[in-house]
Amino acid sequence: MLFLRPLARLLPALASMLASGLIAVSAFAADLPALVGALTTGSFGDRETAIGALAASGEQRAAPILEALAAGQLYVRKSDNLVLIGKTDGNQLALTEAISGKTAGSGSEAELDRVRVNNRLRGVIEAAVGSLTLMSPDARVRRGAAEALFKRRDASSLAALDLALAAEKDPRIKRSMSEARAASVLASDAPPAQKLEAVALVRERADRDSLGILQATASSATDPEVKAAAAAGANAVRQTLAAWEAAQNVWYGISLGSVLLLAAIGLAITFGTMGVINMAHGEMVMLGAYTTFVVQEVIRTSAPHLFDASLLIALPLAFVVAGGIGILIERGIIRFLYGRPLDTLLATWGLSLVLQQAVRSIFGSSNREVGAPSWMSGAFQVGQINVTYGRLWIVIFSLLVFVALIALLRKTPLGLYMRAVTQNRPMASAMGIRTPRVDALTFGLGSGIAGLAGVALSQIDNVSPNLGQGYIIDSFMVVVFGGVGNLFGTLIGALTLGVVNKFLEPYAGAVLGKILVLVFIILFIQRRPRGLFALKGRSVE
Amino acid sequence: MKFGSMMRTGLVAAGLLAGAAGSAFAQGAPIKVGILHSLSGTMAISETTLKDVMLMLIEEQNKKGGVLGRKLEAVVVDPASNWPLFAEKARELLQKDKVAAVFGCWTSVSRKSVLPVFEELNGILFYPVQYEGEESSRNVFYTGAAPNQQAIPAVDYLMANEKVQRWVLAGTDYVYPRTTNKILEAYLKLKGVKQEDILINYTPFGHSDWQSIVADIKKFGSAGKKTAVVSTINGDANVPFYKELGNQGIKAKDIPVVAFSVGEEELAGIDTKPLIGHLAAWNYFQSVKNPTNEAFIKTWQTFTKNPKRVTNDPMEAHVIGFNMWIEAVKKAGTTDPDAVIDAMIGIAVPNLTGGLSAMMPNHHITKPVLIGEIQGNGQFDVVSSTALVLGDEWSDYLPDSKDLISDWRKPMSCGNFNVVTGKCGGKGK
Repeated sequence: MLFLRPLARLLPALASMLASGLIAVSAFAADLPALVGALTTGSFGDRETAIGALAASGEQRAAPILEALAAGQLYVRKSDNLVLIGKTDGNQLALTEAISGKTAGSGSEAELDRVRVNNRLRGVIEAAVGSLTLMSPDARVRRGAAEALFKRRDASSLAALDLALAAEKDPRIKRSMSEARAASVLASDAPPAQKLEAVALVRERADRDSLGILQATASSATDPEVKAAAAAGANAVRQTLAAWEAAQNVWYGISLGSVLLLAAIGLAITFGTMGVINMAHGEMVMLGAYTTFVVQEVIRTSAPHLFDASLLIALPLAFVVAGGIGILIERGIIRFLYGRPLDTLLATWGLSLVLQQAVRSIFGSSNREVGAPSWMSGAFQVGQINVTYGRLWIVIFSLLVFVALIALLRKTPLGLYMRAVTQNRPMASAMGIRTPRVDALTFGLGSGIAGLAGVALSQIDNVSPNLGQGYIIDSFMVVVFGGVGNLFGTLIGALTLGVVNKFLEPYAGAVLGKILVLVFIILFIQRRPRGLFALKGRSVE
Repeated sequence: MKFGSMMRTGLVAAGLLAGAAGSAFAQGAPIKVGILHSLSGTMAISETTLKDVMLMLIEEQNKKGGVLGRKLEAVVVDPASNWPLFAEKARELLQKDKVAAVFGCWTSVSRKSVLPVFEELNGILFYPVQYEGEESSRNVFYTGAAPNQQAIPAVDYLMANEKVQRWVLAGTDYVYPRTTNKILEAYLKLKGVKQEDILINYTPFGHSDWQSIVADIKKFGSAGKKTAVVSTINGDANVPFYKELGNQGIKAKDIPVVAFSVGEEELAGIDTKPLIGHLAAWNYFQSVKNPTNEAFIKTWQTFTKNPKRVTNDPMEAHVIGFNMWIEAVKKAGTTDPDAVIDAMIGIAVPNLTGGLSAMMPNHHITKPVLIGEIQGNGQFDVVSSTALVLGDEWSDYLPDSKDLISDWRKPMSCGNFNVVTGKCGGKGK
């Protein structure tokens, strides 16, 4: 009876295991409840042993229980010491019995004790689950298991990998598994011939993980031939990676450049074309970010299914909020200060402090959480470059904003008026353009675009009252460098500074890198006071 | 008029208490307590909470009848994250408001800025934040952690439990990370870590683009040895740093990050699911289960009228500091600074992690060191905790300070006594 019960549950698992000739002997030695019980008590060291025993038992329930443990979802009910798996379901936890897999209603955290794990145990569990799921019918799970074992490189997973390799049909997964096997061979005390084969296999993979394995082998191997092969392999991999690294820096530079572009492009309008030194520009960005936060809060409480669209909803709102406040600022303060740059600078500086403190009073001083919609989370690999969707969308978005702005200035009557007013105010006025109105709209447009930038920046930076401060200097730098009054200059300026910054950072460090860029811009402005692309013509005077 | 009403109150009180064997001070003017935390500017994010916790402690103490039979009165000033303004405001508190003690400062530079003021006017400052050490003043009580109460145990934990052999010391570019990293570098080398296995990296305040630095860490971590990041990155820069770690898929089990400036408050602004398992070392976590802490959390959440409001380590430091000051005032029977400073040494009060913290002769306190792993709900799970550790003001791992000790008891009364030369006044302050 004692082992009939687990045996019945084991049958499906046993069937596959018998087919491949592996009989989990230890499954008969201890029953599942005892194994699971051991997971929840004792020191982290004791539990590591328990995880090993459970994994070796070959029990079918072992994988889900271990996965729940790694995810912090394994609980012990205080009242009856029953081990349960709890998945968050609103404020409650939806419970299932760990051993039988039967649903067990719901419960609150207060009635349950969560079984604690640490990083070490998570690593052990990942390898254990990896060996257990190598035979899974789901191809993705098998691949994941192979990758986990590759990273873990533990000699004890060799047996499981050999079995899985023999049964595997999919060539890509087969490749992953043989790489995992090679990594495990290098960690075992296999004969040098096998190790040399493994080194070759790992070397072909040519990524960061394989470099790590090769370097470890090169320093720890006892056989001189293996040692030399691993060292040579590590060198080859390092060279491949160096090329990728340069490409990666370019991508990071473009990504940083797109953020600079977004922050600066509104300023290119207000400062570049209107000549207003607007120190409160950063606060317009901050207002856009807070608009996003408010939109997400409303969506969270009233329409959670719209969460993925939250940023799209926030975009027009942020534009309107920041633009509206921009128009108010222009009408209320700046229009009295045209032609007095120092006064404008001081007034807008004060205004930026007022706006910061206002936001601090309304929303509190701590950071606000703005979530990422699912289409902006995650990353994908291009060769050895890790591209995150969030960054990619920001690059695309900044280019879209740029194109839209150019189109607005070139193709619409409003754009025509703006250009006319900034180029020759008395003439534009004489032609019947209401210049004060155009001033207000231009400033509103610049501020509104800063609001749009805020929506994007809420994804990568803190949403706090200080958000804008970090971007104001950089924005001025980009506009001045690119050439005041020239939007294309702003684009090129932002991307150049982004890429230069990212190439300097690894060598000079972030602090020195920033200083070098600043020095470079100062020297550049000395040579070309009007920036990269100087405006020509009457308006310059 | 004001004087008259005070006299009347005094007479009535005296009349009431005439028969009782009570304190002669009964119902005198309130004792003023200064609160010197930035409520605006960049540091407001961290310091506003500490102002609130002080107001709560004072309110609670007044419910118990104050101290020496007198009520406490908070004097709140706003130094606005502006370091010279800290000194001005401190002077204002001590000279104009005549406060009995000041609770305040967060950054080391603000502490350095007020230090001469407190020494000149003989005030008392309680400093609640972890700091770089290398300082001991007669007028300051350091209730936050010194490097040996936070950084060194964290490194020990990673060495012993995660078998870390390669170290990235990443910090914001200012005095606390620079000194802490100097101490850690010396300590790691002492433990046999080679120079090529240590990478030190500094970033400016509020750094927001972490792509290439995180990529660098990843590269450094792929040398075939277990790598960990020890982060002294400050405040706002942490959120984009952790977001980038998540984005680039650096999991805690591959390259764990242990932070000394990231607590429950800082995590409130991020989704912590990708960060599960990254670590922090503190002397207190909100998740510590014991009746004292549970009562404290409840009082705090009621006081702030926010059932989700989190607690953190510097708050606990203020709780300990405040309770110690109350005990010292009771023991001295007066709020006179000299008497209170002498009475402080040796006072032990319960901390929030279930033990007693004592004020030692070097004006630092004993606390346990806890290592916690970040959970999906923004809280920490304690994975390791030490016995009580005394804050070591002069690090034993720096050549300039290893011979120095501090003892403010008479007759020594010295903040930098050199045990080799036997004289008071070595290097440092």
